[in-house]
Amino acid sequence: MTENILEVRDLVKHYPVTRGIVFKKTIGHVKAVDGVSFGLRQGETLGVVGESGCGKSTLARVLMNLEKPTAGSVLYKGQDIARLKGGELRRLRRQIQLVMQDPYTSLNPRMTVGDLIGEPFDIHPEVAPKASRRGKVQELLELVGLNPEHINRYPHQFSGGQRQRIGIARALALRPEIIVCDEPVSALDVSIQAQVMNLLEQLQGEFGLSYVFIAHDLSVVRHLSERVAVMYLGKIAEIGTEDEIYERPTHPYTQALLSAVPVPDPKVREQKAIIRLTGDVPSPVDPPSGCRFRTRCWKAQDVCATEPPVLEIRPGSDHPSACHFAEKREIVVTHEA
Amino acid sequence: MSDILVSERSEPGADGSGRPSGRLLEVDDLRVEFRTRDGVAKVINGVTYHVDAGETLAVLGESGSGKSVTAQTIMGILDTPPGFVTGGQVRFHGKDMLTMSAEERRRIRGEGIAMIFQDALSALNPVFTVGFQIAEQFRIRRGMSRSDAKKRSIEMLDLVKIPNAKGRFNAYPHQFSGGMRQRAMIAMSLALDPEVLIADEPTTALDVTVQAQIMDLLAELQRERQMGLILITHDLGVVADVADRIAVMYAGRIVEEADVHELYEKPGHPYTLGLLNSIPRIDEKGQQLRTIKGLPPSLLNIPSGCPFHPRCPMVQPVCREKVPPLLQLGGTRASACHFAEEVVNRD
Repeated sequence: MTENILEVRDLVKHYPVTRGIVFKKTIGHVKAVDGVSFGLRQGETLGVVGESGCGKSTLARVLMNLEKPTAGSVLYKGQDIARLKGGELRRLRRQIQLVMQDPYTSLNPRMTVGDLIGEPFDIHPEVAPKASRRGKVQELLELVGLNPEHINRYPHQFSGGQRQRIGIARALALRPEIIVCDEPVSALDVSIQAQVMNLLEQLQGEFGLSYVFIAHDLSVVRHLSERVAVMYLGKIAEIGTEDEIYERPTHPYTQALLSAVPVPDPKVREQKAIIRLTGDVPSPVDPPSGCRFRTRCWKAQDVCATEPPVLEIRPGSDHPSACHFAEKREIVVTHEA
Repeated sequence: MSDILVSERSEPGADGSGRPSGRLLEVDDLRVEFRTRDGVAKVINGVTYHVDAGETLAVLGESGSGKSVTAQTIMGILDTPPGFVTGGQVRFHGKDMLTMSAEERRRIRGEGIAMIFQDALSALNPVFTVGFQIAEQFRIRRGMSRSDAKKRSIEMLDLVKIPNAKGRFNAYPHQFSGGMRQRAMIAMSLALDPEVLIADEPTTALDVTVQAQIMDLLAELQRERQMGLILITHDLGVVADVADRIAVMYAGRIVEEADVHELYEKPGHPYTLGLLNSIPRIDEKGQQLRTIKGLPPSLLNIPSGCPFHPRCPMVQPVCREKVPPLLQLGGTRASACHFAEEVVNRD
């Protein structure tokens, strides 16, 4: 087992909720991420799935050092990224890059593709001397499957899928070790999604990248990830290898989530039993006591309201799950393709 | 497996003979173009489909395929300009709606055909309560008193399983969660008991668990009321779960129409085949995603011949010259490909 290139320990990110304009008073906290720990190994893809509001995008922001954690730490090769300053911080930023969801708003419409992809070189001039930059940008364009002659075009001249490729090229410019992908394919059409997913896989093989792949689409995450973390209301409900999560899920939330994913095969529809969750995700300002999933869980007992379940391996299962009554249940009938 | 479903279907597709055919809603050779500054975009180029009572037709396509514009034309909510209907008919109970007076169309809207949209937050009016927006229809269209309308509206909210419907009557749309808003919109669209419901990407903005709830609700309501349902979506998973029949659209045309089981088992158009090969499945491991190369065409400049030919792996010279018509293929399906037989019978 290779060691972790990125290590997240008890990460907490709370946002204050305030009232009043002049005399601001904090009346509560949005507990966006509330105690998350995991490791990312060299060259692997860790998928993070969850519904909207579960804190997966906040997690991305903290991993990118765009937000300081309220508590806990993110260690890159043993260094706490929140403590870095100046030159050290700048060197770290080269190693962790981000691909964003919306290819329409994440590219500055007034900059040409060449400027967009070349901008990282302005900030980190040591990577590429000025004279070689144009060539580097064209190389990157070719790498992500775009025409290098389009270097002087503007983002609006490209389609959604092509723009996402520009975003990927920009993330690759500094040859990072880690790329955090925050819903990179969810804004794309079906036929384009597959192209971008294949590109991400190919680049990973070529450069030995490690991905944190954040998405709400469980099929996409399964396809790309070696390990998967399922998040619910700021906490990890279950974490394990792709097989463990998809074939032997033990947390009721994972089971419900998996059962709700539509399978593109009408033959499956009669065989499938959807676990129906009632109600909506509770507010992260005031999450339920004990287990956060208990308000929607069919297994909930008294203990669930008082004692928050620890994310640990319980008897009868092979991977950590944060449920007092973790139990294997087959939801998705997998076949090898 | 598919024969069971085939037997209960009547002959598909209006092929021009014997109209009115007794169908509930028919779109016949519809053509719509958008006149923009950059030129004329031919958004819909001869779309023909129909839906009967109690049936779910899924209209599947990527963005820009014309699936939503077709729905807007049916509802009479197409923005004109830039959109212009340049040909074809939309018949409801055999009567062409495109030549009706505005008053006649208005009577069909809501009572005959209703629609729900993808983004419930922008489809609902933020300055009126949800209850008011539902009750409005009962007061104006049914001439009910305020209190009767309120009672009926609460019943509607109950019907779509909004908890504490009475208490929610006076809530504003922003006080509802995404799933609740979608339920409220369904309540609103069903208020006047329509015969056809058009659902335009009803669950695209929702989380999977909520998506499952909403699709269940729609299926249940459709069964109870024997409505015709047109489900517009890009999600091959949702379609497989609920549709009876599927029409696949590409560049403003129907490229394939088939029973749901047939379509997934043996697609009859290279585009459909490509789509099915390019989606990751949750129940498959180590799957190779085979992509469709290239991009959907610009509607300002649709390729000659078959619009799919620049992306098609089976392209032949004839595809560049002749537009393939949507031809019957066996009894219950149709495909607009010169080599449809080969696609279906491939190994």
